[in-house]
Amino acid sequence: MKQQMGLLFDVTLCVGCGSCYNACKNQNGLPETNKDFLKDHLSSNTYTVVEQYGENYARKICMHCGEPTCVSVCPVGAFEKSKLGPVLYDANKCIGCRYCMQACPYSIPRYEWSSTSPSVRKCNLCYERLKEGKINACADACPTGATQAGELNKLIVEAKRRLKENPDKYYQEIYGLKEAGGGNVLVISPVPFDQLGYNTNVPKQSMPGFTLQAMEKIPSVVSVGGIFLTSMYWLTKRKNEVAREERKNLRGKNENE
Amino acid sequence: MKTNNFLKPTFWKGVSVVVIIVGLYSIISRFALGLGKTTNLSDMVPWGLWIGFDFIGVGLAAAGFTIAATAHIFNAHKYHSIVRPAILTAYIGYIIVILLLIIDLGKPENFWHPLVMWNLHSVMFEITWCVICYSTVLTLEFAPVILEKLNLKAPIKLLKKISIPVVICGVLFSTLHQSSFGSLYLIAPAKVYPLWYSSYLPVHFFISCIAAGLSMIIFEAYLCARAFKQGLQVWVLSGLGKVILAVLSIELIFKFADIILTGKFSYLFVSVSETYFFWLEILIGFAIPIIVLSIPGYMRDRKWLYFASIFTISGFVLNRMNVSITSLVRTSGQNYVPAFYEISITLLLVVLGMWAFRLVSKHFKVFETSFESNGEVLETADLKQRELIFGK
Repeated sequence: MKQQMGLLFDVTLCVGCGSCYNACKNQNGLPETNKDFLKDHLSSNTYTVVEQYGENYARKICMHCGEPTCVSVCPVGAFEKSKLGPVLYDANKCIGCRYCMQACPYSIPRYEWSSTSPSVRKCNLCYERLKEGKINACADACPTGATQAGELNKLIVEAKRRLKENPDKYYQEIYGLKEAGGGNVLVISPVPFDQLGYNTNVPKQSMPGFTLQAMEKIPSVVSVGGIFLTSMYWLTKRKNEVAREERKNLRGKNENE
Repeated sequence: MKTNNFLKPTFWKGVSVVVIIVGLYSIISRFALGLGKTTNLSDMVPWGLWIGFDFIGVGLAAAGFTIAATAHIFNAHKYHSIVRPAILTAYIGYIIVILLLIIDLGKPENFWHPLVMWNLHSVMFEITWCVICYSTVLTLEFAPVILEKLNLKAPIKLLKKISIPVVICGVLFSTLHQSSFGSLYLIAPAKVYPLWYSSYLPVHFFISCIAAGLSMIIFEAYLCARAFKQGLQVWVLSGLGKVILAVLSIELIFKFADIILTGKFSYLFVSVSETYFFWLEILIGFAIPIIVLSIPGYMRDRKWLYFASIFTISGFVLNRMNVSITSLVRTSGQNYVPAFYEISITLLLVVLGMWAFRLVSKHFKVFETSFESNGEVLETADLKQRELIFGK
């Protein structure tokens, strides 16, 4: 079985050169959206950004969750978690309800708002390259190794090793390891993640369960409800019949007297 | 004479014509220019007024299943006279929602995909199927009204035979549909403001729609009685008033119990705009109607019932808007105000819905001419006059 692939982004190594940003644009054939890449933001034509926070630089990108909300909420199954790791989107299936955008805990999916047949757009973890055995374009272009591609298991081990070996250098958490149940993109940083614009309110558990706890009650609602309504129908009907009979009898009695 | 009446200009007809023209222009613009140019939706606010309005349309249609169940399943014959208005309301509500959903979808040409591409884990998938199934049920429930007019007896007989299973299916689909709108937000616990987020959100949606749906019937019955100079069965409406009072009280207690027991008590008194919107919802949608309906005698006064119904409906509208818009403002980091096109298209559908209700209830047998329970003729029910108006 193929190993899941992922990305490890180490804030301490990032120099903010923008190579990943440009490589991503090239790889996906995306037009220029901002002359200064540091001021750009995620959009339908920008799948990754580098943001500056003082002397630190933080990359923002789809986290490719292990149990993605987008996959679970899409009514037509336009999203898919591939065996290789990337969370993929199929524009041909999409109906454009935008539930994926509403549901994503990281608010990553972007929409082609200016199009008359808009699709959802986001990073696909260079699926086409991974399939060929190549590493992700952004990691390939990174001159310092701040973005590192590889098998997810090995990246987790590597991230933990760095935190352990340099406790002074790193904030002792791995962003993306527990968030939303864990994904294929991991971030380690010298400072707490909320200082770098990462959303730290993301629940630290798999998210599709939040909906499932309601959805799994549907069969019992339907069966119990169906039985209840049917029996109520017979009961009240019978009750009315009995009442009518009694009234008739009563009237009969009165007439006899 | 009928045509003359129809063409006779009145203030509301003038307003309607303007709204319809502007609305149609807006729909054309929305499809020609795309969602980006015609709405204030964005990557951070992917859902706006239209989604909120879908909740409202479906919620106000709730009388369709509650009244049908009361009359046909629980055999409370007292309510037979309002089954048809309730079903018509639901039918129009659902048609409006379907139209709006298609306008809201980014790829409306793919609207049929959920029929063949299934994702059983998706609430949206459940919703799509509920809309389809319940619309079918409503068609079957409303069909006799039209078949009667066409004097087709055979299909009516057939529909009568299957009516009980159809009503039961309708109740089940509605229950799922109403609650599933609440379920939509379960996936986003970190995005929805704590005063509205709850793992019981589907239950809150279900309970609150019952009060709103029944209020809608009082509201319509009152207006139609006034417009058509027709009888109004106050004793039936008082029955609804009692149920509304009970449901509102239950939901109010449940709402606060839910907030307090999940440790969100402090959010009730933080000085932020969400708090004000929350309390406004409580004031309009709960406090005022509960007080009015609790005053002895008011329950039997049609004007107070009408008054209470307006507040219940407004509070319900505010609640759905709070869940779908207010609760998400903080985490989206953007203030969403609906764009002109969003508002004009919504208004178009409201106006079309009102006219559809008015015209259908005028030309088909929706409301029955009615008498007070003591046998006295109340509120005109002047048949001769009615014949003149309806040209029957």
